[in-house]
Amino acid sequence: MNVFAATGRMTLDAVAEIGRLSAFGVRGGLSSFTGRFYWKAFWSALARIGFTSLPVVGLTAIFTGGALALNIYEGSLLPNTESFLPQILGVSIVRELGPVLAALMVAGRCSSAMAAEIGTMRVTEQIDAMSTLSVDPFKYLVAPRILATTIALPFLVLIADIIGVYGGYLVSVYALKFSAPIYVQNLIDFLSMDDVTSGLIKAAVFGFLISVMGCYYGYTSRGGAGGVGNATRTAVVAAAVAVLSANYFLTSLFVDF
Amino acid sequence: MSSENPKISIRNLTKSFGGNDVLRRVDLDVEKGKSLVVIGGSGTGKSVLVKSVLGLIKPDGGEIVVDGRNIARNTAGDKKFMARQSGMLFQGAALFDSLKVWENIAFRLLHADGKSRAAAREKALDCLAQVGLAAEVGDLAPSELSGGMQKRVGLARAIAADPEILFFDEPTTGLDPIMADVINNLIVERVKALGATAISITHDMASARKIADEIAMLYQGKIIWRGAPDEIENSGNPMVEQFVHGRADGPIKMQLRRRA
Repeated sequence: MNVFAATGRMTLDAVAEIGRLSAFGVRGGLSSFTGRFYWKAFWSALARIGFTSLPVVGLTAIFTGGALALNIYEGSLLPNTESFLPQILGVSIVRELGPVLAALMVAGRCSSAMAAEIGTMRVTEQIDAMSTLSVDPFKYLVAPRILATTIALPFLVLIADIIGVYGGYLVSVYALKFSAPIYVQNLIDFLSMDDVTSGLIKAAVFGFLISVMGCYYGYTSRGGAGGVGNATRTAVVAAAVAVLSANYFLTSLFVDF
Repeated sequence: MSSENPKISIRNLTKSFGGNDVLRRVDLDVEKGKSLVVIGGSGTGKSVLVKSVLGLIKPDGGEIVVDGRNIARNTAGDKKFMARQSGMLFQGAALFDSLKVWENIAFRLLHADGKSRAAAREKALDCLAQVGLAAEVGDLAPSELSGGMQKRVGLARAIAADPEILFFDEPTTGLDPIMADVINNLIVERVKALGATAISITHDMASARKIADEIAMLYQGKIIWRGAPDEIENSGNPMVEQFVHGRADGPIKMQLRRRA
């Protein structure tokens, strides 16, 4: 086969896929604001995505905060580690690690679950059945999940921020024997509101991307169990890649300020 | 193939998937209040035909006129127009497995018509009774039901909003002969009771004879024969004969590939 033709076809396919994904995301995002909104589907998605993700996000955050404190301490050659450790740790957690790690955990948990659930409904004709019952599957299945994830993730990240910084505190105070008041004082003095809000804006964007990936690959899955398996895998990978790449662009946007 | 008062009139309908022509100029009329059964082998385009009429698939060309409105362009309005007056029993029943049985039956009433839960539940239990199931079944999950019961719940869901057109996709596939006959009887009974127009697709000849006012055979994307159920034994069409009697040898060649 001609290498150029193959490359060209792959490029075209990729561009077409991105186009379809974008159209899906726009439609899914807007569907929440036009016509009927299914509150019950929204609340149950919010509970599933937000509330039940708390333990895993909390665990991720506390261990990451702790490990970060050890690394900063280990790598530091300066005498005043006690005062700048909480500063570095706080900024890292609040601006980068909190949003990214929480988003990756939610991507693993929720985009896979969405793809599997919606994908199974697709291949067992439940989505077609829904259309024949005068209910728009986009409004009933997709829109509530996208809105719920976009709202839930900033809250999860806020909690991850607090727990992550607390993990650093535990290690600093109990393992490294640093002073607790100095840790808290330095953290409060150094962290700005902008650090926190930039992290939360990132979280909302990540939440949107994660849910669009999960819903899109589920909604477009084909051909039985194998198709659903493919959809689930692709959704998780696509969500993770989307989160990490969007993180870079958002960071570069915020740093410019 | 034309009739006095067609509820559904299909003209020159074409659809292909990736270069594979599934429907090649299908012409078909269904009279109001009549039950048409489309027979044909697997992969002859029966499902695509029904899904096009339902608005689930956008045809490539041709017309589908329902009550004087051409819905072949498959716009959002066309889809709504069809969904509002149709009910469909899917091959695998396609029940929503996250909802209880009664919520499945009442799905349209709850989520599209805005009925109260109490009123919707009452209607759902009424529909359950119409398909011969006890009210207690309403509180079960679909996964707790046998295949035959799932089909009956699917039928109850399809008739819950008193549709004018009913679609049945392989209603007896995967059922034992007795349960298949129960389903056939229920279909005949409910279609009559609603005065609905029905289109069914099947390859089960016993089912076709029972529920059809008229039978049409689809082969290679075209309607090759059409007539009353009692004419099908003497159709004079070799392909229909082969299908009806289930013979491997005849004008219809199965695409079997054998290793050389």
